[in-house]
Amino acid sequence: MIPWIAGLGGYFAFSDQLPFASQILITILFALSLDLVLGFAGIITLGHAAFYGTGAYAAGIYAVHVSHDPLSGLVVAGGAAALVGVLSGLVILRTHGLTQLMLTLAFATLLAEAANKASFITGGNDGLQGIEIDPIVGLFRFDMFGRTGYLYCLIVLFCGWLSLRVLLASPFGQSLVGIRENVTRMRAIGAPVAGRLLIAYSIGAALAGIAGGLLAQTTQFVGQSVLSFERSGEIVIILVFGGIGRIYGAFIGAAVYMIAQDQLAKSDPEFWNFWIGAILVLTVLFARGGILGLIDRWRRR
Amino acid sequence: MATILDALVSILFLGLGFAMVLYIVSVGLSLTMGLMGFVNLAHGAFAMAGGYVTVTLMNTYQVPFGLALVAAFIAVAVVSAILERTLYARLYGAGELEQVLFTIGLIFMAGAIARKLFGPIPLPMHPPALLSGQLNLGFRTVPAYRAFLIVVSFVLILSLWLGIERTNFGARLRAAVDNRRMAEAIGIDTALLFTVTFALGSGLAALGGGLGADILAIYPGYAVEYLVYFLMVVSVGGLGSIRGPFVAALSLGIGDTACKYLVPEFGAFFVYIAMIGLLLWRPAGLFGRA
Amino acid sequence: MRIRHFVPAFIAAMALSCAMALAQTVKVGLINTWSGPLAAAGEQIERGTKLYMKLHEKDLPTGVSIELVKRDDTGPNPEVAKRLAQELITRDKVQLLTGVIWTPNALAMAPLVTEAKVPFIIMNAGTAMITTKSPYIARVSFTLWQSSWPLGSWAAKNGLKNVYTLVSDFGPGIDAETAFTKGFTTAGGTIAGAVRMPVTTPDFVPFLQRAKDAKPDAVFVFVPAAKEATAFMKAFGDLGLRSAGIKLIGPGDVTTDEELPGMGDVALGTITMHHYSAAGDRPANKAFVAAFKAEFGAKEEPSFLAADSYDGMAAIFAVVIAQNGKIDPDKTMELLKGWKYDSPRGPIMIDPETRDIVQNEYLRRVDKVNGQLQNTEIETIPMVKDPWKELNKAK
Repeated sequence: MIPWIAGLGGYFAFSDQLPFASQILITILFALSLDLVLGFAGIITLGHAAFYGTGAYAAGIYAVHVSHDPLSGLVVAGGAAALVGVLSGLVILRTHGLTQLMLTLAFATLLAEAANKASFITGGNDGLQGIEIDPIVGLFRFDMFGRTGYLYCLIVLFCGWLSLRVLLASPFGQSLVGIRENVTRMRAIGAPVAGRLLIAYSIGAALAGIAGGLLAQTTQFVGQSVLSFERSGEIVIILVFGGIGRIYGAFIGAAVYMIAQDQLAKSDPEFWNFWIGAILVLTVLFARGGILGLIDRWRRR
Repeated sequence: MATILDALVSILFLGLGFAMVLYIVSVGLSLTMGLMGFVNLAHGAFAMAGGYVTVTLMNTYQVPFGLALVAAFIAVAVVSAILERTLYARLYGAGELEQVLFTIGLIFMAGAIARKLFGPIPLPMHPPALLSGQLNLGFRTVPAYRAFLIVVSFVLILSLWLGIERTNFGARLRAAVDNRRMAEAIGIDTALLFTVTFALGSGLAALGGGLGADILAIYPGYAVEYLVYFLMVVSVGGLGSIRGPFVAALSLGIGDTACKYLVPEFGAFFVYIAMIGLLLWRPAGLFGRA
Repeated sequence: MRIRHFVPAFIAAMALSCAMALAQTVKVGLINTWSGPLAAAGEQIERGTKLYMKLHEKDLPTGVSIELVKRDDTGPNPEVAKRLAQELITRDKVQLLTGVIWTPNALAMAPLVTEAKVPFIIMNAGTAMITTKSPYIARVSFTLWQSSWPLGSWAAKNGLKNVYTLVSDFGPGIDAETAFTKGFTTAGGTIAGAVRMPVTTPDFVPFLQRAKDAKPDAVFVFVPAAKEATAFMKAFGDLGLRSAGIKLIGPGDVTTDEELPGMGDVALGTITMHHYSAAGDRPANKAFVAAFKAEFGAKEEPSFLAADSYDGMAAIFAVVIAQNGKIDPDKTMELLKGWKYDSPRGPIMIDPETRDIVQNEYLRRVDKVNGQLQNTEIETIPMVKDPWKELNKAK
């Protein structure tokens, strides 16, 4: 419950920084989706931005050409990303380890290049402009201060978190962990490993797509960076930094990483990368299991 | 007909230069990942450091090119050996993702330091007069530096192969890659072996950085921007192999050049599609063990 | 006893708060790229703004000061840029926004500055249509049409019949290609071939070999300044296009002043059209370059980015001084329209109609003077308006 109290409290505590707070919430959802794929299903990916970007573009293009309604836009974003997830998953899930990592990376890069080429619909390098979003359920207008945006993100994140918890507590979720821990045994007891992994991968893709859709709707702009290699890498960093395979790692990782980055970048725009790097190196050296791992050890004392 | 032949020669020659740089930088990464099972994403940072040392020695201190390269090799090998002993060694037992996080942290730090010391613009590299300009081969002219690059790379690769296949150190290294426990059981000091291999691999990367400064520009974003290329060479070639990355670098380098030359509009797509195809065909890489 | 201490303290406090009430600090949000692989351009902007502030702080009316609030967008990340702008407006209460290197970042900010009514002075982002996206945007930098379009007609009139175009496959590259092709073919030239190269390509050689094989009179090139240009030039030299009689032309990004000294003799003879050269022979420029070198080191050359951001600060100072530190958004925009300045790049003006820059374009040739490479200005096309807007207006 703590994250949600913090989330609601954040609305008042950071009332003048809500756009930033919304981006943290979006990143948390994105990291959560990765936690399902990488942390629970054990699928090695360095191309998760493919789904985030697909969702962002889908929501953006939907808003420009079809409808300004935000909720159906999110459904479109999640659906499009899930579709890409199924298609690429059919190929990617045949492999493992470094090969799997490189395949996810290759798919994401191909998608990014395709988005650049398809500038007639994506806006190419200039970015997708002219996204207008109607008030949510006709009542709550997206304001400049990001109040509506923040609460909207918080509610969507809550739904995402809830469904993920339900999913992981189900037999399906248990079998995912089983596959991660010992594929051979799961195959031996007759579990449909390939099918389960594909479903998990697609659900993760859909969640990432929804996070991307939220980004498109709250910023009302989509730039090519949503599909970038850097974005894929950063989300892995955030998740591992927070603590992987434990749901709340996504929350703490995204919040701490983004706030640290924001503060460091403001105080030393030219050298902040060094300090972020130092934080990561020290975390690994002194805190296995990310920040949550550190908290665990401190508690045990 | 003559033009087609001409084009073929161009592609082969130009692609070969690019491929050689990729190989020299990546081979060390293949060794560390194969031998120690360590995902060292910061490998490119050693290449970048080598590039900076080479170019700075040449531009600021007028050190001859060859000497600067040797200095870069030694300096980076020593620094990397120290890093391996003090930091990397502590993470050999850790999970791959922790190693990823750790080495990405190192990339960030290396990039920031490079920016602080050398500024954000790529350092210009001026090969000696003898190696710049065009080389006339009789039937056509080729860029002199690329020709030099190809020759040097072949010499380097040959000595590397001989070193691994024919020396005692090479034998121990191969034994450790094949079966680390068994190697330890017969009295091979794998910890020392790791350090030496790591230093050698990083030193080679530094050489690649210095030699290739003309093609892969030396600037603070180096380790991130070219990481994907290095990883491609390693994954397609197969982990722990010396020959694998060579074939991979050749096919990717020449293929990339060919595609950019022949169908430039899709120049950005080729390497990725080729990699997907190759990896689906040989998931463990061309010369990797499944 | 207490009262005796209290009274003077009270008076002092009153006096201080009065003085503070009189003092006007104008907060200006500067969004720039300080980190990441693309920080080279950001450094030039940082230097240009810093230099102007330092030299002209004294020109502000008494009690008025300008505070720059700097934020790092880390590269072309529109959602970060927009969020930073939002924060600068709502939290830091900036009255003006400036900086911005990347087109998508500027475009993402456009609706925001319209809604918040914060004048936004663009120091770089050069895609032509940006200024049409908000009445609160003014631009002091350039558009690629301004250089590439006149270069096209110049090329056709100066004996280049066949030109091969090579551009980076993204917004500015496509702008440059379209503008050049239009100017060139209208004046009677033929395009021998056109290639859009991937934005991050480690090796330019295959594209240049292809261009060489087509045997054109010249290659027209646009690659982003500050990283790719040196690599491109190197490949151009390696493949011997120059000795094959092929000229190299383009907008000035391929021979930016800060990279040129490192390029070596391969750059000699390159013809570019651009709005600024550090070698420009104007008093305002001589003073600017001297001040730049005094501040940042004798070996450092200011590039067009430094000059543009220097002028951007000049525009900001002008509106602050004219309003005595009390910024009214609409009045600011009125002041910016038609604003004139004797810039290091020559006379410049903000077009009252489009809020875009009007400036001289210079045809330059890379020469070696006293052992140092420079962009020598050989022809001037005075006061060029953005041709893209002019052409589209005519329709």
